[in-house]
Amino acid sequence: MWVGFRLQLKMRSRSAFDGILGVIYPMFFATTIFLLYRQTASPAELVGVSVGSAAMGVWSATSTTAAGVLQHERRDGTLELLVAAPTFFPLVVVPITLSMATIGLYSLVVTLVWGRIAFGIPLDFADPLAFICAALATVVAIGLVGFLQSIVCVRLRHAWAVGSALELPVWLICGFLVPLSLLPHWVRPISWVLPPTWGVYALRAAALGHPAWLDIALCLALAAVYGLLATLGAGRIVDSARARATLALS
Amino acid sequence: MSIRTDLRIAFVGGLTSYRALFNWLTPWVLVPVFIVQPLFQVLFFAFVGRSAGLADSRFYLIGDAVQYASIPCVFAMSNTIADERNSATLPLILVSPARRLPLFLGRSLPVVLNGFVVSVVALVLGGLLLRVSVPVGSVLPLTLAVAVSAVSCTGLGLFVAAVALRVREAATLANIAFGLLLIFCGVNVPLTALPGWMAVIAHWLPLTHGIAAARTLAAGGSGLGAVGRGLWTELGVGAIYLAIGLALLNYFEREARRRATLDVA
Repeated sequence: MWVGFRLQLKMRSRSAFDGILGVIYPMFFATTIFLLYRQTASPAELVGVSVGSAAMGVWSATSTTAAGVLQHERRDGTLELLVAAPTFFPLVVVPITLSMATIGLYSLVVTLVWGRIAFGIPLDFADPLAFICAALATVVAIGLVGFLQSIVCVRLRHAWAVGSALELPVWLICGFLVPLSLLPHWVRPISWVLPPTWGVYALRAAALGHPAWLDIALCLALAAVYGLLATLGAGRIVDSARARATLALS
Repeated sequence: MSIRTDLRIAFVGGLTSYRALFNWLTPWVLVPVFIVQPLFQVLFFAFVGRSAGLADSRFYLIGDAVQYASIPCVFAMSNTIADERNSATLPLILVSPARRLPLFLGRSLPVVLNGFVVSVVALVLGGLLLRVSVPVGSVLPLTLAVAVSAVSCTGLGLFVAAVALRVREAATLANIAFGLLLIFCGVNVPLTALPGWMAVIAHWLPLTHGIAAARTLAAGGSGLGAVGRGLWTELGVGAIYLAIGLALLNYFEREARRRATLDVA
């Protein structure tokens, strides 16, 4: 897993689309949001906004690419090799989606620094240790959500389009910037079962000095459920594709 | 070359290129890209606006719906070059005797229509969900403002397409163009709230004047006369990008031929 993760992270870091754009693209949204909130928000509120905007990049780096990752392997002719390898298939896919979320971690850091330099938003977080743990938990959680996405979208020719379409809904529903209380009531249960919601809660809580550890635990617990579901789904899909000889088809 | 041939290259060639762009065997890809994404951009910023206690939903609805025309207008135009290169058909097109003006303008026509429809769908669906209404008398002028914005933005698309002749990462370029339009064009932040240098740049970008005109019209009480100047400026800005794009296409094509780098950019 470590070798796979390192290799994927290296490849992505050198890709203009996944690496450079993965960091820059969320910053366009973050800059817009900083420009928006600086008109009305207090310094403390701006810290929360900065953290939320920064976390958007983690999801952004994962949603589109994770959905299309198996299509990508199929197009490169490597999907059969991965499935045929003696390594447990999920252990091959998880490092790929985790590497995507890790690119998002770059974005998170760069956005926070951008907020500090360009907009003067302070970076003196109340509980730095909890913040780092929350950031890592969010990355792991989003990586595992990406794993589930990759499995669910394996049969879709334009899987990237589904992933891309999920980018903004997750930003909205998971409360990256907008408090869940502002969303319609029926949306909230959906937010609660999405791990990024708790990751963002934890990040914001750690930054502002509120207790964050329960949110981190919830984020990781939900992520484990997503990972388990994806593992079960991966087994079924691989078995089915082998039985029907459709692995190379979509 | 006859006018008939030019028209055939423009319309038949443009439509064929557009159909190839989206792999029309599976047109469902249009739903997430052209309906779900713009709708959620509208909703996202409308809720962010509410959370920040700033402008009302109408402001974000108009800004984001019109700005989303840039997805087809910029991405599709740049992909016409990138996809031809990926399909190894770019050299075939560029060695053909077809005049470049109808060749590339023809490719822009379906894209303009696409951008226009995307914005209108986002406006209608976003308006319904956010309960924002537009005075009946403003509907037609607003539609015209959206169409003008789509035309203008396609000029920028052609400019990006020209750069894609030289730079391999067309998708990255298009995303950067989209992001810059989002920040600079007064989509979610009024020009008056932007730093002065950003507001100056905004006036030289497509969509800025179109969005401002659309907002004036959507507010009601103003007709086309009130926004005529803005719409002409929008068209003018688009024409500038179109002209630069065509000139760059010409230049990069000659350079690529001279250096034999058409396929390796």
